[in-house]
Amino acid sequence: MNNSSPADASVGATAGSPADIPDGAPSHCATTVYVPRDSAARSVGADEVAAALQRAATRGDFAVDVVRNGSRGMLWLEPMVEVATPRGRVGYGPVTPEDVDGLLAAGLLDGADHPLRLGLVDELPWLARQNRVTFARVGVIDPLSPRDYVEHGGLAGLRAALALAPADVVAEVTESGLRGRGGAGFPAGIKWKTVLECADELKFVCCNADEGDSGTFADRMVMEGDPFLLIEGMTIAAHAVGASEGYLYIRSEYPDAIATMREAIELARGQGWLGKGVLGSALDFDLHVRVGAGAYICGEETSMLESLEGKRGMVRAKPPIPAIEGLFGKPTVVNNVLTLTTVPTVLANGAKAYQDLGVGRSRGTQVFQLGGNIARGGIVETAFGITLRELIEEYGGGTHTGRPVRTVQVGGPLGAYLPDSLFDLPMDYEAFAEAGAMLGHGGIVVFDDTVDMAAQARFAMEFCAEESCGKCTPCRVGSVRGVEVIDKIVAGTHRDENLALLEDLCDLMTDGSLCAMGGLTPMPVRSALTHFSDDFHGGRRLLEIQPVNATGVRTEGTA
Amino acid sequence: MTTSGSDVTVESVVRRVVADHRGQRGALLPALHAVQAELGHVPQEAVPVLADELNLSRADVHGVVTFYHDFRREPAGRTTVRICRAEACQALGADRLVSYAREAGLTLGETTPDGSVTVEQVFCLGNCALGPSVEANGRLYGRVGPARLGSILNGTV
Ligand SMILES: Cc1cc2nc3c(=O)[nH]c(=O)nc-3n(C[C@H](O)[C@H](O)[C@H](O)COP(=O)(O)O)c2cc1C
Ligand code: SF4
Ligand code: FES
Repeated sequence: MNNSSPADASVGATAGSPADIPDGAPSHCATTVYVPRDSAARSVGADEVAAALQRAATRGDFAVDVVRNGSRGMLWLEPMVEVATPRGRVGYGPVTPEDVDGLLAAGLLDGADHPLRLGLVDELPWLARQNRVTFARVGVIDPLSPRDYVEHGGLAGLRAALALAPADVVAEVTESGLRGRGGAGFPAGIKWKTVLECADELKFVCCNADEGDSGTFADRMVMEGDPFLLIEGMTIAAHAVGASEGYLYIRSEYPDAIATMREAIELARGQGWLGKGVLGSALDFDLHVRVGAGAYICGEETSMLESLEGKRGMVRAKPPIPAIEGLFGKPTVVNNVLTLTTVPTVLANGAKAYQDLGVGRSRGTQVFQLGGNIARGGIVETAFGITLRELIEEYGGGTHTGRPVRTVQVGGPLGAYLPDSLFDLPMDYEAFAEAGAMLGHGGIVVFDDTVDMAAQARFAMEFCAEESCGKCTPCRVGSVRGVEVIDKIVAGTHRDENLALLEDLCDLMTDGSLCAMGGLTPMPVRSALTHFSDDFHGGRRLLEIQPVNATGVRTEGTA
Repeated sequence: MTTSGSDVTVESVVRRVVADHRGQRGALLPALHAVQAELGHVPQEAVPVLADELNLSRADVHGVVTFYHDFRREPAGRTTVRICRAEACQALGADRLVSYAREAGLTLGETTPDGSVTVEQVFCLGNCALGPSVEANGRLYGRVGPARLGSILNGTV
């Protein structure tokens, strides 16, 4: 794995320690302690734990060097503290600031026993059973240390790519079988080939980091935990297709990812990993971060391009496809974060190694995200083909509330709600499509038996009404009608007629919508009706979402 | 952060912001974010100035400001709390947080008359394994129950 050249080894000193380590903190013979800077870990107190450790250190009792790593993705154990020992990294979690003094007294810095001790982190079964490819470094390294990055195999893919002609890089990606991870599963190599074959002087690489689906957080975690990997992936794409500029469109809900990526880009420029003559090659490529403004539809690729151009995020009709006429009318690669962060591995280890993982036409690994009402939520990266039941029961440990699992929604708000009878479905694009479901971005949201499926179906329609770009009628108006019709069904008003009407409406939205927002909203609705029809007889309490944005105006239908 | 300073007008802020972003392709969104970061919202007076500076029509700028949920046309409260209401947080009882806020006299999408708090809804903060999730003044909180939301609203967390 270690491809660092002597030149690389000397470059990393810039980003050793996060700003919150006081100058003069002991770094010599101090014990390295890892406390994640991932925003999920911070949401449950990681900053306070890091501060408590610093305080203990400044009191002079202990010499610690606190590294703010990404998260290993065992989110129910966050904040998870790791201590570097001669035997390996020993984990403790979940740790509160109040635990810190006791942990230190018990011998935390030697990896000693304590009720919160988890053991050697690399050997924890939840982690050891996974096949981490894209997430291999996340939680392991200091995300903003170029030296860490290179020492852990970073840049190997880019170096391999730069030694190849663009067409050969594209061929390698095609052969690996890598499909887009943003939802649609389109083969990355074919998209890249289209862009490569365009003769334009100016081409773009755009990374879709809008990650608006509920239940998905892998894009965020990789950006916060291994940002150079995304830079490397985008740079490989630029070389492969002949692009000179890249845009990274990150949703505004992710301030930590935005800050981390901006800092990483600055560092990468300083290292010669971006800019003129990347790594001494003939490639000129630079990268810019753009921040979304709270619109789910801007995750749709053409809408994202409109937004990047400074316009309302209205979906464009295809053709022309963005590969031919994309950002500012130029040939553009649009890929998801996980697609681009997988590319360096494909180049570093070869197409064959990646292709060997997975089943059928779903090759390689998928980063599953376990969320919602789940006991052990987080990141599970494994080869395709694992079943939903293994993920929910073996990895996830059932629900957080301890009640029976009733349903899971897979693939975000436009994905199907699946009942227990479908939990043995293998995770594979085609198998899911056949079952009337979709894998999407790999988000799995678990619900216990208190869920009201009529409310969930209503929410799907209401979400579509709220987030529709407004361009086409089936989506813009159909979703509003959908809410009304579900209300009537639940209230028992002309049930049969209204059920038939809802069917019609779903057909119309599926067939008549310009994009998958309107086209796929029927999927959660229909799956709820099919598998949980009992819930549509009324009685349960319904959700109501606020119809307008904060300051009032939500323009409708002004296309 | 307000426009009360004598020589700081909306117009001067907007012109300076645009100058900072002029080199960028498609500068309107970054400029709007910057205006909102400085002024707390995008006031109506900013629209014609942006249009003028960026060579767009007023209708175009207005269309963009109103399309995106993030841009506010009125100032928010001193504390802005956003409750996640997307599916993963729903599965963990996010609607209990909404009810709690309502019982405390706070309406989603509105600012309290004294200007102290604005409560809003948001769809997914990327913390779906540790929900219910809430964001307050840019900080993310996980595993938030009604009691914790109360402390967040009172500014004691
Ligand atoms: C309504 C809608 C929302 C979408 N949201 C996202 C998103 O948040 N992130 C993403 O990568 N792709 C999203 N997509 C898919 C993109 O349009 C596009 O297919 C994808 O970014 C292509 O990248 P890939 O080939 O690497 O998957 C969305 C699609 C639709 C229709
Ligand atoms: S289906 Fe909905 S979101 Fe998609 S283009 Fe039509 S109106 Fe816009
Ligand atoms: S659904 Fe609430 S954080 Fe994702």
